[in-house]
Amino acid sequence: MELYRDIIIELYKNPLNKRKIAGATLKASGANVTCGDRIRIYLKIDKKGKILDASFEGSGCAIMTASASLLTEKVKGKTLNEIKKWKDKKIFDFLGTELSHTRIKCGLLPLETLQQCT
Amino acid sequence: MKDFAKIKAQFPIFKSNKKLVYLDSAATALKPKCVIDAINDYYTNCGANVHRGMYDLSEKATDMYEGARKTVQKFINAKSEREIIFTSGTTESINFVALGWGGQNLKSGDEIILSALEHHSNLLPWQKIAKEKNCVIKFVDVDKNGILKIDHFSKLMSRKTKIVALTHVSNVLGTINPIKKFIQKAHAISAKVLIDAAQSAPHMSLDVQSLDCDFLAFSGHKMGGPTGVGVLYAKEKILETTEPLFTGGSMTIEVTKNHAKWNDLPWKFEAGTPKVAEVIGLGAAINWLNEIGMDEVRSHDEKLIEFALQELKKIKGIRLYGPCNPKIQSGTISFNLEGVHPHDLASILNSENIAIRAGHHCCMPLMESLNTEATARISFYIYNTEEDIKKLVLAINKAKKIFVI
Repeated sequence: MELYRDIIIELYKNPLNKRKIAGATLKASGANVTCGDRIRIYLKIDKKGKILDASFEGSGCAIMTASASLLTEKVKGKTLNEIKKWKDKKIFDFLGTELSHTRIKCGLLPLETLQQCT
Repeated sequence: MKDFAKIKAQFPIFKSNKKLVYLDSAATALKPKCVIDAINDYYTNCGANVHRGMYDLSEKATDMYEGARKTVQKFINAKSEREIIFTSGTTESINFVALGWGGQNLKSGDEIILSALEHHSNLLPWQKIAKEKNCVIKFVDVDKNGILKIDHFSKLMSRKTKIVALTHVSNVLGTINPIKKFIQKAHAISAKVLIDAAQSAPHMSLDVQSLDCDFLAFSGHKMGGPTGVGVLYAKEKILETTEPLFTGGSMTIEVTKNHAKWNDLPWKFEAGTPKVAEVIGLGAAINWLNEIGMDEVRSHDEKLIEFALQELKKIKGIRLYGPCNPKIQSGTISFNLEGVHPHDLASILNSENIAIRAGHHCCMPLMESLNTEATARISFYIYNTEEDIKKLVLAINKAKKIFVI
């Protein structure tokens, strides 16, 4: 099945940045009510608004976990304002696959949650 | 012994979706041709409203609609048709009881007993009325196999207990609860009992007189009937003294500018134009189930559960929830596969044309008790076969390969 590319399986088994950031500047939580995915995003931001560190905690499916891993990796060095402009396509590019309507919520939950950080 | 291959052939969806393995009947059951035909026939050849007309077509519609009520009455062995109210489904039926009967009869300090197995539809209406009336909700615990602890129930009961609302069959674990015992115990302290029969009505014969429950709720769509129609059974004595929650057209016999006199039972609880086509469709579904025989339906279900449990147990890494005993389990099996999130499993099975449900199944408190956030759930009905389960097992093994387990 194309959806489950090796990178997605690998990141599900060994997620990146799955940890809490002590003294995080910003935090936000999100959940998918239908499937029970939960996520908490932590950001450490400098005075200029640049993201120094990003991480997540929570539990969910492979798509959500892979998406959260890649997202927290890619946002480092960017500003929150930049990230807030990111659209769905960014996530599809990270994952290397488009998501069907049944899985799109899983893939977008980390980005949508991160974008709620204020 | 019925020929279940012939029964499956009566479901048109398997002609348009030849490879479909449908294992989500606890969410909604597929529809046999006779039900689709009955709805089609009403719209094609009748189409009129009920209880109003002075002409043949309306008379015909009324006969069909009230005929279905008679069918439902016999199906659950209610004493009278006056005790059968058509609703939009189990959820609305329970809301009628919680907000209607409860709104009228519950008062501050009263206690409501539910169980840890309840679907949100038999929890949230009670939460709502409990907040309004300042009542207390208590929950009967389940043991590690998902079976209600009757001793715990006895401890929870008190003089303050006014109503007990329990599911007959768990929509997550398939547990068949010994509700008759609970009903007897509740009646001993004069509490009323509501049974959520959403998952039992499709799978086994029900006898409300023998059970002696005060209220019973179920949906049409889980038993091959159309969506949007369900039933609330309530004892006539209770209905006589209960005020309707909704008012409007056709539920009155006399209306002045400042006053209205309610219609007879059961119509005083059916305000507005009812779900005529849906009720007729539900009647057709029940007639069809009666032809098969509810004992046959149950025994088919029991065999499938037994076979599925046996085959699933062979898969390394499978964790089964619930009783794992076909004698006290109906229609449903919940499980998890180690290393694969249920949502991913459902996606992979979907690519093999197998429809299952993954998630919390509208039972978030139960997920907490089971110490998981989600399960994969398979659920059967009369069109399922052992072949479906064999395909499921192959697809689960494929998921293990994809996830390199």
